[in-house]
Amino acid sequence: MSDTANKAAPSNDPIIQIIEMHKWYGQFHVLKNINLDVKRKERIVVCGPSGSGKSTMIRCINRLEEHQQGQIVVDGIELTDDLKNIDAIRREVGMVFQHFNLFPHLTVLENCTLGPIWVRQTPKKEAEKIAMQYLERVKIPEQAMKFPGQLSGGQQQRVAIARSLCMSPKIMLFDEPTSALDPEMIKEVLDVMIELAGTGMTMLVVTHEMGFAKTVANRVIFMDGGEIIEENEPHAFFGNPKNDRTKLFLSQILAH
Amino acid sequence: MNEAPTTTQKYPPGKHPSMPPPGIASGPLLWIKDNLFGSVTNTVLTALSIWLLWVTIPPLLQWGFIDAAFSGESRKDCRAVASGACWAFIQNRFEIFVYGFYPKAERWRVDLSGLLLIVAIIPVLWENVPHRLKMLAFTAAFPFVAGWLLVGGLGLKPVGTNEFGGFLLTLVIGVTGISFSLPIGVLLALGRQSKMPVLRTLSVAFIEFIRGVPLITLLFVASAMLSYFLPPGTDFNLLLRVLIMVTLFASGYMAEVVRGGLQAIPKGQYEAAQSMGLGYWKMMRLVVLPQALKISIPGIVNTFIALYKDTTLVIVIGLLDPLGIGRSSLADSKWQGLSSEVYIFVAVFFFISCFGMSRYALYLERKLDTGYKR
Repeated sequence: MSDTANKAAPSNDPIIQIIEMHKWYGQFHVLKNINLDVKRKERIVVCGPSGSGKSTMIRCINRLEEHQQGQIVVDGIELTDDLKNIDAIRREVGMVFQHFNLFPHLTVLENCTLGPIWVRQTPKKEAEKIAMQYLERVKIPEQAMKFPGQLSGGQQQRVAIARSLCMSPKIMLFDEPTSALDPEMIKEVLDVMIELAGTGMTMLVVTHEMGFAKTVANRVIFMDGGEIIEENEPHAFFGNPKNDRTKLFLSQILAH
Repeated sequence: MNEAPTTTQKYPPGKHPSMPPPGIASGPLLWIKDNLFGSVTNTVLTALSIWLLWVTIPPLLQWGFIDAAFSGESRKDCRAVASGACWAFIQNRFEIFVYGFYPKAERWRVDLSGLLLIVAIIPVLWENVPHRLKMLAFTAAFPFVAGWLLVGGLGLKPVGTNEFGGFLLTLVIGVTGISFSLPIGVLLALGRQSKMPVLRTLSVAFIEFIRGVPLITLLFVASAMLSYFLPPGTDFNLLLRVLIMVTLFASGYMAEVVRGGLQAIPKGQYEAAQSMGLGYWKMMRLVVLPQALKISIPGIVNTFIALYKDTTLVIVIGLLDPLGIGRSSLADSKWQGLSSEVYIFVAVFFFISCFGMSRYALYLERKLDTGYKR
């Protein structure tokens, strides 16, 4: 086990509980009987073939997607139609997207202070100070006054991570954070995520970066056809996959 | 001494220096040669354009300036001194063109309103003015101040809105329509995208009704029909009805322009805003609308300009805008037959206002361009 993983060992009480959750798009059953407990400080990597429902699952956790059956409880609050609950959960759950989704009309610094100022009512000066600290942590403080359109993909994604962290979330969701990046930029983003894992952040990461999964994850989850097929700690998951579909998937992505 | 590097030289791999592009000669003569006489077609088109300008511009200048008369008391006076345009007519009627039939002694109130209008517009147009927040507070109060100044009451002598006319009337209708149609249009566009069926249906019905009915019809409705619906005896000011109708009319179009902008905003922007916990209105105000409205600027200004020019339609219900004033002035036997002068004058007034709006829109688009590319 790596150094980073040892520093922040997960506790036993779950911060996310997903119980018998189902979701449909119209007639199409995308998520089938999802059961998942995420412990505080736990780092979970979700992988699986495209269309397996992995993105949809983590998007259900902050209600970007609605589930139709079952329960999702985040930090003691159950996700229902109640807007108050949804807002309360979204304040505590940060999200990083495949396509960054920075706000192009705002500077990097304004992107980072928008949430703290308008959601947390942090005074502007203080929000900017905090934002600069996080921009330093993702190693781009010098870009603070630029607009997102002037940055490279890797830089944009690091800003997106800083933007989420500025809300001081308890949980971070990553939805394929490196899939839209050029190969040489993937490392700079993964480095930031590895550093973040070392601080004890609870992380759910949908990714195909198996190297990242091996070094950082406490648990790897494999999904296919809307179901969780297999879950295990990374060593066993990669060394000794049990299900045939997991074996096939791993042989395909590790083949080259 | 090193020689200047050239592209014909050989360089080892990875050592090729960056060089300026091959010399592009410039200069006015070269520009003319390239752009006006670059090919046979170009040359023919250039010659044709020069000929057209030659045929139209000098006679116009001759008529409008060189042979024009600028003073006099009747058309006869003009003709006695010059064969061209008789601008004395415009000068003679200038006050009516500006104020309509607003009582002479009270015209300072119109002037003051005009001045205050400029003060109210400045902080809206430019971001870097000092004390912008205070000035915007004044902008918000301006409609009430101007309404009080123009209509009177509360210590000022009341002036009937039937005495409004000319550019005063154009500006009252135009400015009211422009400033209220954008916010109403935005709300309608949001309503049309709403998940609430009642709100959505109402918005769609309103927009489609407005777009399906000519403005003139609405103005007739405003002048004639509304009194049927209102309880007898209520005096609902004609100008106020026109203001409401013109504003609603422009709002319907505005809503569709804004909807176009809203549809261009990627879903990811909404998701990013939601995932950080912004509620609907904050998300719209801080993230979605700034981008959507920026994209919509050409359409929005198009609607503004159309609205501004449509104010001339109030002539059909008996209000005298500059065009109406011009037409009634032409009936004066002293000044008969001077329609060219009147219509050119009115056209120039409208052109200056509309061209100004269009230039400002270009400035705004350039300012808001943050180099965003997808």
